[in-house]
Amino acid sequence: MTSETREIVHDQHAHPGWRFYGVIGVILLVFTALEIVGYIGETKGWYSGGAAAAIILVLSAAKFFSVVAYYMHLKFDNKLFTGIFVFPAVLGCLVIGGMILLFHVVHGEATQLHGEMELRPQMDAAATQTPVGAPAAH
Amino acid sequence: MSAHAASPAHIDTSTGLDSRKMAFWTFIGSECLLFGSLIATYMAYKGRSINPPYPHDVVINGKAFHGILNIPLTSFSTFILLMSSVAMVFALWNVQRGNKPWDAFWLFMTALGGSIFLGCQVFEFTHFYHEGLTLRSNLFGSTFYVLTGFHGAHVTVGIIYLITLGVMALRGRIGPERTLNVEIAGLYWHFVDVIWIVIFPLVYLIR
Repeated sequence: MTSETREIVHDQHAHPGWRFYGVIGVILLVFTALEIVGYIGETKGWYSGGAAAAIILVLSAAKFFSVVAYYMHLKFDNKLFTGIFVFPAVLGCLVIGGMILLFHVVHGEATQLHGEMELRPQMDAAATQTPVGAPAAH
Repeated sequence: MSAHAASPAHIDTSTGLDSRKMAFWTFIGSECLLFGSLIATYMAYKGRSINPPYPHDVVINGKAFHGILNIPLTSFSTFILLMSSVAMVFALWNVQRGNKPWDAFWLFMTALGGSIFLGCQVFEFTHFYHEGLTLRSNLFGSTFYVLTGFHGAHVTVGIIYLITLGVMALRGRIGPERTLNVEIAGLYWHFVDVIWIVIFPLVYLIR
């Protein structure tokens, strides 16, 4: 089978029409607008930072799955492609989650910003002391 | 081509799937791990900078610092990037049907959307540099520039890819028989969009 024939074969999937893709595009825009509203709501004090983060993350996840399923055709293509994408994507999410857990939850107390800010003057003072290579004072 | 041959099972590979598409999905999988590591690094050091500039408004030891991130500009560029993804879908739809010159038109519109996004990013980086945020200024600067810079580099490659396809379409070298070439470009472009869908809230919207 020639490569040209293969490409014709490839295109035999029953994909939705352009109107459907347009609707998905509108949904993506609306969700992005809602994310920004979520950010503004937090800055205005309408709700807590945690609630805003939850709203924004849910909307982002919905956008992510919409693009991957419909625009990247995973919903219509062979499931092997889905597996090839999902496996490393899940690994990536686990790495991100693990780092957040390690740096912000498990060891959050040890690396608080205010603790480092208190160290800052000491660090600055240490930097202005005897230059490197100068003879040590006796 | 006969109707009975219109089945993916007739492709002469061990999986019955096109090898180029399989290879490209594998590449996208590897890209997931690359951006996963970059995002993980950004998140690990989020809020750990001990000197300004800071991404968001913050009060430290009674002193107020103004956040450096420009949310309106980035929101605009995000909308543009999302619209470029829609344009890419329309480009593929027109290529599949041999609609000339609309196939080239939508490919160039996608590239234009990417170029506007990239222009916004260049403006943002330049502004941040003049505000004192560099790769070496603090943890935020280091992680922010590496993460968004890598994404910008991917957008740049995508724009070159799309312009090349657009020129080929204008010359009549892209048509229904070459749909997969455009679909693979579309996969790349949508992946770049998907990565920004993750970066935008984590870096810009969530404090």
